[in-house]
Amino acid sequence: MSEPLLQAEGLVRHYRIRHGSRLFSHPATLRAVDGVSFTLQPGRTLGLVGESGCGKTTTARLVLGLLPLTEGEIRLQGETLPQAGSMRWRELRRVMQMVYQDPLAALDRRIAVGRQVMEPLVIHAIGAPAERRDRAMAILQSVGLQAHHFDRYPHELSGGQRQRIVLARALILSPRLLVCDEPISALDVSIQAQVVNLLLDLQAEMGLAYLFISHDLRMVRQVSHEVAVMYLGRIVERGDPDRLFAAPSHPYTQALVSAIPVAHRSGRQRLILKGDPPNPVDVPTGCAFHERCPIAVARCRTETPALRPLADGRHVACHLAPGAADA
Amino acid sequence: MGVPLIDIRGLTVDFDAGQRVVRALHGVDLAIHGGEAVGLVGESGSGKSVTWLAALGLLGNRARIGGEVLFEGRNLVGAPASDLEAVRGARIAMIFQDPSSSLNPVYRIGQQLAEALQLHRGMSGAAALAEAARLLDRVGIADATRRLRDYPHELSGGMNQRVMIAMALSGQPRILVADEPTTALDATIQAQILELLQEIRRDSAMALVLISHDLGVVAENTDRVCVMYAGRIVEDAPIATIFEAPAHPYTSGLLAALPDLEGPRRRLLAIPGVVPEPWNLPLGCSFAPRCPEFERACEAAVPPAIELVHGHRAACIHARSGSA
Repeated sequence: MSEPLLQAEGLVRHYRIRHGSRLFSHPATLRAVDGVSFTLQPGRTLGLVGESGCGKTTTARLVLGLLPLTEGEIRLQGETLPQAGSMRWRELRRVMQMVYQDPLAALDRRIAVGRQVMEPLVIHAIGAPAERRDRAMAILQSVGLQAHHFDRYPHELSGGQRQRIVLARALILSPRLLVCDEPISALDVSIQAQVVNLLLDLQAEMGLAYLFISHDLRMVRQVSHEVAVMYLGRIVERGDPDRLFAAPSHPYTQALVSAIPVAHRSGRQRLILKGDPPNPVDVPTGCAFHERCPIAVARCRTETPALRPLADGRHVACHLAPGAADA
Repeated sequence: MGVPLIDIRGLTVDFDAGQRVVRALHGVDLAIHGGEAVGLVGESGSGKSVTWLAALGLLGNRARIGGEVLFEGRNLVGAPASDLEAVRGARIAMIFQDPSSSLNPVYRIGQQLAEALQLHRGMSGAAALAEAARLLDRVGIADATRRLRDYPHELSGGMNQRVMIAMALSGQPRILVADEPTTALDATIQAQILELLQEIRRDSAMALVLISHDLGVVAENTDRVCVMYAGRIVEDAPIATIFEAPAHPYTSGLLAALPDLEGPRRRLLAIPGVVPEPWNLPLGCSFAPRCPEFERACEAAVPPAIELVHGHRAACIHARSGSA
């Protein structure tokens, strides 16, 4: 296998906060991301799924160096990610770009979109002004827009077109990694399919790798080569999307998959979890999921399960997962 | 099937936008019977919410409303405010997408529920609080009496939506209109809330109108779907028919644009183009410019809804019974 594009090892991001009502508050630790590891090969897609507050977006920001790590290490093309703001980090940022959920918020309303697409070239001092314009025109075309869109303002474009502009801006530096944080959630159903198809085409053309974050499991399956399910700052299951969604192994993944409303439910009974996810300040001891887990046993309350391989190449962090090699 | 509980006929909404008048709803016909669960599906701007806001007179005086909304022997369009107030929130209740912005942050849950009970059922004091606790218990909030003293910010999003449902139930409604009730919630919480709505409907014979952009949500929770596009209902059919034999190309397009959770992965079939702006609708059928079955005749006139078989209507000149 070729050298991984991105390696994340034991990523931890904790926040020191004050917890409780004002008078009786005490210092506490919010565990936003609590030991996340994965690798991403060039040209592949890792889908990151989970509910709000599980640490998906924090993981994305850690990967780009936009947030400092409490612990752990990120290597991009084999090189340890240098401190954010340093010269070397700025250079490496050309390789990795981010696409956010809300394209209107990611664009400047007062600047014509063409200039915004060219801006990364200006920042990195690439090319003469005329060349920059040519490159911007070319990239607009590859994301399915036309030359006349160059002088438009964000409010003149539709939601799908704006997301194409955001993509064009991220792609103009020819990055190798695109971190997409809920890139289609703000779009209408008929437009989501357009953007997802575009992402797949761009990947095939340019050999891009995606870290694709979404709560929409169906879309994640559609785009991903591998999927990681997060719960309270940790990966609880990771593996091939077809296998993972067809026969989820972790009880949380099972609940998540069964919660997706579908037109034709094939046999499986819906599993409805009790309660809300716990506050990341008060993560339960042992397995963080045990309070909501339908099959938890005494061991789950005391011992945190590690991510262990299954026979089919998947990894799962559950004491009770059948077929998991006991570590 | 008898007399419908609510019969919306030719409902139109025009927004006065200063220089021009923009038509947002182009004649919606929708009849709902007691105890029925109907889904309204469509993309943003298709008119699913506006239909109900207009029916209940909640659009303000910038909107001009035409047509009829017959409910319990009265026409709600143009009805005096006092008549509407007796219906709104009581006989027809509505819940919205974001529960925390529908609740008042500075009042306790109990006070807000008691206010609704006073308004709709004339209860007050201890009786209202006892009923409020019963309602909270009904929507699955544990330790209801103590929760009455909580403020909305002390509850999670899912819990707040339960409170909104309790408030909607306070008037013992005949119809509950749930406008994207789970869109702001996580998947596992969404499943809880939808389950609760089903349970309440089974127990109370209340009709449910579920407005959603998610065909899956509607499929699992309703008997019948109306697909809306650009201010019109383009297809109205039983759930199974919509998925197995959609008659309108827009419905087929929406289905093809959704990825599957199982089976082989296929490339999504995106609908080309974008939803037209309400002030710039194409001639004839609004979907014509994006339609794979487009022909010249589509531009001639807006296609009327044709009844293909009993209970299945579609507004497309290509729609035939048993097609697709």
